[in-house]
Amino acid sequence: MKVPIIVDGLRVEIDQGTPIINAARKAGVFIPTLCYHEALKPYGSCRLCMVEVVHDKQRRLVTSCNFPAEGGMEVFTDTSRVRQIRRMIVELLLARCPEVLMIRTMAKQMGIESSMFKKREANECILCGLCVRFCEEVVGVSAIGLANRGIDREVATPFKVASDVCIGCGACTYICPTGCIEMVPDEKTPRLRRMKMGNLTLVPCTNNYQCESCPREENFLAEMKNVITEFRSTYRRFTEKK
Amino acid sequence: MRGKRLQQIRTIADLESLRESILQKRDSGKTVIRTCISTGCRAKKSVKIIDGLRNEIRKHGLQDQVEIKKTGCHGFCEMGPILVVEPENIFYCRVKPEDDVDIVSKTIIDGNFIKRLQWKDPGTREHTKYERTLPVYIKQKKDISFNCGKIDPTDIEDYIASGGYSALGKALATMTPAEVVETVVASGLRGRGGGGFPTGIKWRICSAAPGDIKYIIANGDEGDPGAFMDRSLMEGDPHSIIEGMIIGAFAIGARQGFIYVRQEYPIAIEHLSIAIQQAEEYGLLGKDILGAGLDFTIKIDRGAGAFVCGEETALIISIEGRSGTPRPRPPYPAIEGLWGKPTVLNNVETLGNITKILSKGADWYSNIGTDNSKGTKIFSLVGKVRNTGLVEVEMGTTLREIIFGIGGGIRKGKRFKAVQTGGPSGGCIPISKIDMPVDYDSLRDAGAIMGSGGMIVMDESSCMVDLARYFIHFLLFESCGKCIPCREGLKQMHHILTNICEGLGERGDIETLTELGRFMTTTSLCGLGGTASNPVLSTIRYFRDEYDAHIYNKKCRAGVCKNLFEYYIDEELCNGCTLCKVKCPEKAITGKKKKPHMIDPQKCIKCGICYSLCKLEAIRVR
Ligand SMILES: Cc1cc2nc3c(=O)[nH]c(=O)nc-3n(C[C@H](O)[C@H](O)[C@H](O)COP(=O)(O)O)c2cc1C
Ligand code: SF4
Ligand code: SF4
Ligand code: FES
Repeated sequence: MKVPIIVDGLRVEIDQGTPIINAARKAGVFIPTLCYHEALKPYGSCRLCMVEVVHDKQRRLVTSCNFPAEGGMEVFTDTSRVRQIRRMIVELLLARCPEVLMIRTMAKQMGIESSMFKKREANECILCGLCVRFCEEVVGVSAIGLANRGIDREVATPFKVASDVCIGCGACTYICPTGCIEMVPDEKTPRLRRMKMGNLTLVPCTNNYQCESCPREENFLAEMKNVITEFRSTYRRFTEKK
Repeated sequence: MRGKRLQQIRTIADLESLRESILQKRDSGKTVIRTCISTGCRAKKSVKIIDGLRNEIRKHGLQDQVEIKKTGCHGFCEMGPILVVEPENIFYCRVKPEDDVDIVSKTIIDGNFIKRLQWKDPGTREHTKYERTLPVYIKQKKDISFNCGKIDPTDIEDYIASGGYSALGKALATMTPAEVVETVVASGLRGRGGGGFPTGIKWRICSAAPGDIKYIIANGDEGDPGAFMDRSLMEGDPHSIIEGMIIGAFAIGARQGFIYVRQEYPIAIEHLSIAIQQAEEYGLLGKDILGAGLDFTIKIDRGAGAFVCGEETALIISIEGRSGTPRPRPPYPAIEGLWGKPTVLNNVETLGNITKILSKGADWYSNIGTDNSKGTKIFSLVGKVRNTGLVEVEMGTTLREIIFGIGGGIRKGKRFKAVQTGGPSGGCIPISKIDMPVDYDSLRDAGAIMGSGGMIVMDESSCMVDLARYFIHFLLFESCGKCIPCREGLKQMHHILTNICEGLGERGDIETLTELGRFMTTTSLCGLGGTASNPVLSTIRYFRDEYDAHIYNKKCRAGVCKNLFEYYIDEELCNGCTLCKVKCPEKAITGKKKKPHMIDPQKCIKCGICYSLCKLEAIRVR
């Protein structure tokens, strides 16, 4: 069902229940995002896409990447509250990743010279989860995941076990907004590419996923057996599609 | 022990006749010794006490006249193991295995009281003989925890004898699912897990959601450190939770339920498993329950124990077998929950209210409590109060009544400073608000939350800045780390607070904390980040002078932040007993016997040993 909604004064007709961000895009209104991608399920981690919504006389702040649009809604994407929130997020990210070009550009656009926060780090990953979700939802491989809680959260292999389920497709490198993932040629088999992010390097399987004759040590195999068997079917499906 | 039951309860008439036959079999004159076997008392050897009592009773040939009943938690765990002798209602606490001989010979046989086992008021030093006259209990209103400590949680017949499953019978026999939902709506019951969302409305949304398959989940994760009301309910009265779930399943049309219990609660898991199994044997779970055509089963799921796994979307994801991280809402679980199906998720205490509402009616229930908070609430009262433990009071009871009336006031004659309500992400309430009624709205307006009902009482020896730092430190590692405001915000908050506590605070820190805190509250993905700044914002609101003193004067008046105070000896008060001098590990204290002593601030490492030793309180902080 098509319903009318108003974004920053512009009227658009959209399907009831589609995320507000789509309505905004249709109206030609830009909402900054860091963790949103059309091909993926909404994740809601960066909070940069927050907008103010007035509906049924209630005014509230919501994330536009997952909040469903309903007829009669009025959306404001550039209020002082919204700008204040974006500013705070960028200040926090600037303290986390002072070197990342994309964050610095964003900060510059908002007129932020340097972060108000003093605890600085030298991280490059903003934990938007795009790479992990792309690898899982689109590529269907789940070679990387998000490990640990709280401030220790990081991109890692599932269960932090050395893994060679990466097929070297390079999707993560392509999608990462901060550019912290590289693809490097494998030392032994240069035609295979490895995913590399900081200290994390994924080794693509060199045995064509024939686990029975895996040259690796036994305990590794035992550990990885379930992961690998499950992967092999997905991998075949993926390569057949290509 | 009962054997496997062959005759299942098939109708409501069956249930009533079973209840009658159980009650008839009971001999009201029989002596019953009720002993708690829940976590607190069990840790203090209550199981050994029971074995000893059995032996003594056998020795005197009293097996037929005396029954020992293993019960759940009385809520007064600090005084455990607790033992009550019925029908006289004699109350004994801090019982040791050696006391078994006396209890049987003196109390059971001779009918005398054993004074050393009675409860002694730490203030008035008066002894209490009976459970019903215990000051700590008189002021409470035990509706939901009524059965805890009274019935044997591992025996369904004991639950049935106390009126159990009659609310279910009533709902199935006389009401439609919609009527059950509307009764819960009319009762005004709000969720006890933290959010305070109206339970009836949640049920209404879920029952209206399209789909044949629906689920009901009981949240027994209780990740809040120091709180144990949910544990004691699961251990002490598991059938009331199960009965509440069956009624909920009937109301929303669910056929499968889950109870999510943290791994660290083995007794709760055991008692719930026994209860589920017995309910199945009796035909109260399974197919065609009470002949009303309702099919419903319950499974227990064990949580890995992360605080954030208690959050509803994370909990659901965790039951699905993935790592528990919150997801954005909407869609809300009532519409799209477990495996994408409409799901009602309720706290176990919330579910414990359901049977009471159904059996006594929405009107009865909505007369208890305040305008927007109905019923009673169990709080876990800990910290510097004289009587710690679980207390159940009517919503709207004042903090003063809970802390001074039931809790008996502050220990060691110190002064009350603040109470932190709602667990690690709750807020601190100062003395000026001590007459505030405790309900959802008043707490929120005061900058705190109901949370799951934790209450930590603090006296003047607590530093509020250090306290805020402590909770932020806890949350920093318990946050899932998914969203930026919570993960990065907590990191910066912790950094600033640590600096202030170490004497490195700067002008502008309080403003940054306030701005950051408000930002986290409005923008975080889940309730953890949404409430995480409460300890900081509330202490800034009520104890700003302490922040100022830390930042500008570099002083911690409570004597907690080591860089910001020093100990000295008040010459007027010191009588030169030499106790502190002898015990100081750094030999920083000098002075002659019977003459005032002195502390060398250069040598003092602020371990606080002298401070806690001095009986004259001559050692001061400056
Ligand atoms: C970080 C976090 C932890 C939570 N932990 C619990 C918990 O341990 N037990 C609980 O019942 N609810 C907990 N909740 C609340 C649940 O998300 C949910 O609101 C509640 O279980 C719903 O039941 P109710 O409506 O009966 O309260 C938690 C929420 C958050 C944000
Ligand atoms: S590596 Fe890149 S894409 Fe992956 S979570 Fe980090 S910032 Fe996002
Ligand atoms: S608020 Fe904290 S716990 Fe909740 S999703 Fe965000 S990071 Fe995770
Ligand atoms: S785009 Fe990141 S939260 Fe919406």
